[in-house]
Amino acid sequence: MGKTISEKILGAHAGGDVSAGDIVIAELDYMMAQDGTAPLAVRSFDGFKEGKVANPGRVAFCIDHSAPSPLKSVSDLHAIMRTFTGRYGLELNDIGSGVCHQVMLDRAHALPGSLVIGADSHTCTYGAVNAFATGVGSTDFAVGMLTGNLWFRVPETIKITIGGKLGAGVFSKDIALMLVGDITADGATYQALELSGSAISDLDLDGRLTISNLAVEMGAKAGLMEADEKTLEFFRGRTDRPIVPVTADGDAEYAKELQYDISDLAPQVAKPHTVDNVVPVEEVEGTPIAQGLVGTCTNGRLADLRAAAEVVKGAKVDTSVRMIVAPASREIMIKAVREGLIETFLEAGATVVPPGCACCVGTHQGVPSDGENVISTANRNFKGRMGNGEAFIYLASPATVAASCLEGRIADPRKHFES
Amino acid sequence: MILKGKAHRFGDDVNTDYIISGRYKFKTLDMKELATHVMEDLDPGFYSRVEEGDFIVAGSNFGCGSSREQAPLAIKYAGVSAVISESFARIYFRNSINNGLPSIVCDSSGIEDGDELEVDLENGTIKDLTRGTEIETSPLPKVMLDILNEGGLVPFINKHGRLPVE
Repeated sequence: MGKTISEKILGAHAGGDVSAGDIVIAELDYMMAQDGTAPLAVRSFDGFKEGKVANPGRVAFCIDHSAPSPLKSVSDLHAIMRTFTGRYGLELNDIGSGVCHQVMLDRAHALPGSLVIGADSHTCTYGAVNAFATGVGSTDFAVGMLTGNLWFRVPETIKITIGGKLGAGVFSKDIALMLVGDITADGATYQALELSGSAISDLDLDGRLTISNLAVEMGAKAGLMEADEKTLEFFRGRTDRPIVPVTADGDAEYAKELQYDISDLAPQVAKPHTVDNVVPVEEVEGTPIAQGLVGTCTNGRLADLRAAAEVVKGAKVDTSVRMIVAPASREIMIKAVREGLIETFLEAGATVVPPGCACCVGTHQGVPSDGENVISTANRNFKGRMGNGEAFIYLASPATVAASCLEGRIADPRKHFES
Repeated sequence: MILKGKAHRFGDDVNTDYIISGRYKFKTLDMKELATHVMEDLDPGFYSRVEEGDFIVAGSNFGCGSSREQAPLAIKYAGVSAVISESFARIYFRNSINNGLPSIVCDSSGIEDGDELEVDLENGTIKDLTRGTEIETSPLPKVMLDILNEGGLVPFINKHGRLPVE
């Protein structure tokens, strides 16, 4: 019987032949924790009777969720991270480095065929570069640091094939939201996704990462894709570590196979307060908005900033809207500056904030007021997510967010992309 | 071990932002303080109503969303002795067991808010004393039962000096 990508990567790291349902101990290639989870991981680690970090060269901490610190209490948690990384010689990506997941890619810590854990649920993002990457809690992370290993249940896999060609003004985020709407918030719990098909191959890497990022919004443990020339090109010059892409066998066994054609897909919007509450943009067009966010680990990459900039170039953000732009990493922000994208945003009246999570998790940089609607490129619209349980969050692509910011209400971006 | 307490009923897809909001959890490691905000966006009066030993009873996909371990910790520090749900999101599920908070999978649909429950973890049964019914629960995988029996993953490793899989 053939193997899925998950079975192959977990097997290679567990030192044997494994199948879905097996419980294995596997060696970790890399692990990452951020400022919402690392301090608790340090506390768990300090609870061990004895021991040190097994593989200091395979651990990175990132300060991105509340960065720069808005409060003394947050600063104290950041200090715990700086002290711990200093003590054990771990990599620290301090404020301004970017969202942890983009840093993990920019620094080539998550590689094709590798096994990565992150104390952040959106660690599944690196599935788009063929890494088996999954979110864990702080205690599992602490155990990973202590032993260099972790136990895993080898997941069953849902094979998703996506064909067709995206229309103008429709983007990978729209594919991702369509999938979450169709599969629902728990439709893939405990399972891995394998995503393939011509629509996936056609996407640039930035677009693929957006789709894998939302795998956890379907409950999935991983959102895997095969590596191709675009994947390998991204890592060229970034690492000396060996890159060993993994493909699924033709006769691999899947829990389910789903097929989609996205040729007629409209821009999608997830309405408050769940990510699977997805409708075509037409159904919510005209809904007034007070704030728009372009950024986050879902949509803060260069392709996203380009799409949003194309919409707002030469125009003005409506006076009723605060448009916030957060590049996903320092590297991306530098490129965006060089391309003139940041100037475009500023001239349009947007507020550009430092690389990091911005207002996605309600810690700082744009907490909405009571009754306000926000349209965001992020991955979660739960009640209270942005720091106020009385606000309403809509999720959409960077183009839809940008188009909405210009009009002061939710707008169809396709008119900006007609040739 | 027999756990006794009152049921506090919630619906499907209770996410970790509802359990403990990001606006609190990024500020402190004081779990007693975080516990005072548990479930605040979903049910603002929950913390003041819940009594030591009570149960959270939910529908499907409890704990979906982020990986924050503060979620099961806030529930535990609020005095809740176990969460009973039709299914759990996977990261939350591991986190709860890693911290010694039982996550119990069963058909919870017959349990109403305020019901008095008696939970037998070893035998996998829940008695709804208010309704006079008995519900069978799905057994935990052995690896998770072993962790739970030691009170969590850190105590397990301190005692056995290895991961909970042989």
